[in-house]
Amino acid sequence: MTLNLIIEQVLNGCQLGVMLFMMSAGLTLVFGIMNLINLAHGSLYMIGAYVAASVLAATGSFLLAVLVAVPAAAAVGYAVDRILLRHFYRRSHLDQTLATFGLILAANELVRMIWGATPLAMPLPSLLAGSVSLLPDLQYPVFRLVVLAVGLVMAGVLYVLVTHTRGGMWVRAGASDRTMAAALGIDVSRVFSVVFVAGAALAGLAGVMAGPILAVQVGMGEPILILALVVVVVGGLGSIRGAFVAALLIGLGDTFGRVLLHPALGSMAIYVIMAALLALRPGGLFPSHA
Amino acid sequence: MLDNSQQTTLRPSASWSGQQSLRRLAPVIILVGLLALVPVLAEGLEQPFLIRVFTRVVVFAIAAVSLNIVLGVAGLVSLMHAALFGLGGYTVAILAEHGTTELLVLVPAAVLGSGLAAAVFGLIALRTTGAYFIMITLAFNQMFFYFFVALERYGGEEGLQVFAPLDLAGMALGGRTTIFYLCLAVLLAVLVAGTRLVDSRFGMVIRAAAGNDRRVSSVGIAPLSYRLAVFVIAGAVAGLAGALLVVSQTFISPAEMSWVRSGDLIVMVVLGGMATVWGPALGAVVFLLLELLLSALTIHWQLPFGIIIILLVLFLRDGLANLIGALRSGDGGRGHD
Amino acid sequence: MTESILQVVGLGKRFGGLQVTRDLSLDIRRHETHALIGPNGAGKTTFINQLHGGILPDAGTIRFDGVEITREPVHRRALLGVARSFQITSIVAGFTALQNVALAVQARQGHSFRFWKRADDDRRLQEPAMECLRLVNLGGRAQTMAAHLSHGDRRQLEIAIALAMEPKLLLLDEPMAGMGRDESQRLVQLLKSLKGRYTIVMVEHDMDAVFSLADRVSVLVRGSVIATGTPAEISADPAVQAAYLGHQH
Repeated sequence: MTLNLIIEQVLNGCQLGVMLFMMSAGLTLVFGIMNLINLAHGSLYMIGAYVAASVLAATGSFLLAVLVAVPAAAAVGYAVDRILLRHFYRRSHLDQTLATFGLILAANELVRMIWGATPLAMPLPSLLAGSVSLLPDLQYPVFRLVVLAVGLVMAGVLYVLVTHTRGGMWVRAGASDRTMAAALGIDVSRVFSVVFVAGAALAGLAGVMAGPILAVQVGMGEPILILALVVVVVGGLGSIRGAFVAALLIGLGDTFGRVLLHPALGSMAIYVIMAALLALRPGGLFPSHA
Repeated sequence: MLDNSQQTTLRPSASWSGQQSLRRLAPVIILVGLLALVPVLAEGLEQPFLIRVFTRVVVFAIAAVSLNIVLGVAGLVSLMHAALFGLGGYTVAILAEHGTTELLVLVPAAVLGSGLAAAVFGLIALRTTGAYFIMITLAFNQMFFYFFVALERYGGEEGLQVFAPLDLAGMALGGRTTIFYLCLAVLLAVLVAGTRLVDSRFGMVIRAAAGNDRRVSSVGIAPLSYRLAVFVIAGAVAGLAGALLVVSQTFISPAEMSWVRSGDLIVMVVLGGMATVWGPALGAVVFLLLELLLSALTIHWQLPFGIIIILLVLFLRDGLANLIGALRSGDGGRGHD
Repeated sequence: MTESILQVVGLGKRFGGLQVTRDLSLDIRRHETHALIGPNGAGKTTFINQLHGGILPDAGTIRFDGVEITREPVHRRALLGVARSFQITSIVAGFTALQNVALAVQARQGHSFRFWKRADDDRRLQEPAMECLRLVNLGGRAQTMAAHLSHGDRRQLEIAIALAMEPKLLLLDEPMAGMGRDESQRLVQLLKSLKGRYTIVMVEHDMDAVFSLADRVSVLVRGSVIATGTPAEISADPAVQAAYLGHQH
């Protein structure tokens, strides 16, 4: 394995990592604050990708696609939360799992009815389509660098929001101890609504970013959802910092697993990482609940 | 988190007690008796494909009943049951690919393989509780799924066909009717054994641990080893069901072990009702027939299907078995205490 | 009566910045009824939890009946003979009263990896369990779902479960909490009937109950025992009055 190949795979791993972070940030906070398991989080990612692909096909503008798709995912998230999920905040995890499982089936089928079963392509504008030379012998796609940059910016923004603002303090309080936060006069359900919609927007953004790299197709949300769940578990439920560290770990682990090992074993690499970590630390890297 | 898991399991365990043996087995006998008529009716109606359909139904009924021992009795929401099911199927298919055709070897191998996998991954997953457990079992399920997708030698994503005819105790396995009755006999055995299990000392411990873990350790029983045992037993039976799936349809693909299949199995269990051993078998029958019916009506059947699942959780949380019990006892409510 | 069954030496436990148990030492004699009193937040329940095994101490040792149990898990201590009732009643709500007790009986009879025989038909379980229910006057409620029992009956049931464990040490955490006058009277009678046959350590706020039941009383203040003695000695101790009784009356 040459140095260039290693650098390239590290970049790939980090790029997958920041995508996973965008997916798992919402998931982990939604769980931390409302104790809600939302398996349909991947559907918001899928919706972001489909809306972006449609807008791109209609207008040719990638920027416009982002500007429409992200609010669209946020709006769908808001509607789903208000219409359905709020009935499940106080239900058992089994009920939440089942209801959001039903939601995934319905969402996949709706998307198939609207956009058809054929995967959509998302051609990139020429500005983003090429490669740049990072080192003499190392060409790397511009768009992947953009994804990496967007992901890091989002992680930075989230970090500042959560650790340095009053709203962020409410979020942290809600995620670590809901009852205590409520006792301190924080409107936990308001905080939660905002977090849920923000999480949906981030999932939508991740979907838009994934569109040009992977195929835009029905069911695209589930593989990323599973990886995001692994991230959430490894990071520690409710911990944003844990999600970031775990996302990079899983992103790199998955990428290198596939490069270094037989495909059947490489696909198992991250689960082995997860199992090993949980054997040592059952609460994840940064357990937020005592 | 603890509160929540107790919530999940308080209701089902509430309803297990205080019934006599024979009365408990009556629904089992009725259900299996009705299923036993299927081949006769199918031949009479000249719709022999129904035998194949119902063989699949019976196989999934076995899987659902085994899942319920974990889910309804022990209160563990496992999303890796399809992986253990599929692993049983792959064990049979792969051994058959290498020339082993004797069911008396293949089926025990599948049971052993799935039981062993359940032991290893259960031990890791059971270190956690509540939402963690759900997510970890989901992840493990996908680990197995992707493993078989990537396993090109045995068909990869396309799946693996069993070409060699299989034997039972040296004799050629008969036609589809024989296979149907073989599967039905296994279902009957699983239902009877399951009923005994939930009422046994072992069953008392796992039901108590589902309702109140602290109480169980306070009287001197470590719940973990019992949970692991129940996870292994259910996993082994899932492997048995998976083996029968391959025996009956001579084919297995990773699709049978995707996490969606795990979700389907949970829906079957909840639809039928977690409070009885036989409820999930009924759930499997209704689930697969509904799937068949909806898919005959529209290619977009998954949309109504998803909505039905949501409505089920909202409005029929105690399942069909409880509904039947309530109607029969005429009190219109929870007639099972 | 003077042989000690439980020796606690230098026990310490800290939760974050809060020292909840502080160099706590205590000797409990075999077959005595020993009450723990102290103001709220004195660390009484935390101490009971450390004896029971739900919380492990940071420092110190606990010896029980000749065995060091400081770091033993809950279930192992239970098998050694430590039984407990909880401050908030802890029973299996979905079991009948009888099944709740039978579970404790079955725990004493070795492993429960028995898959076939119906537990409800097993006379080796049902008879001893029924015996314990009768002891606490719940014989008539044997087939009632624990969830449907009154608060007082549930507390009695918890004691029946503890008795079914054939315990050497009974830890009772506020057994009278939330009970009406009649119910507490009944429970005091029940505990009086057990007195002398079991070693009992109880946390209780009801001073009438404490003074009528306890052979000795220890006073916990901010995680340490500040005094131990007979009820009469304790109520006469000026340090105790200053630290505790003064607040109450």
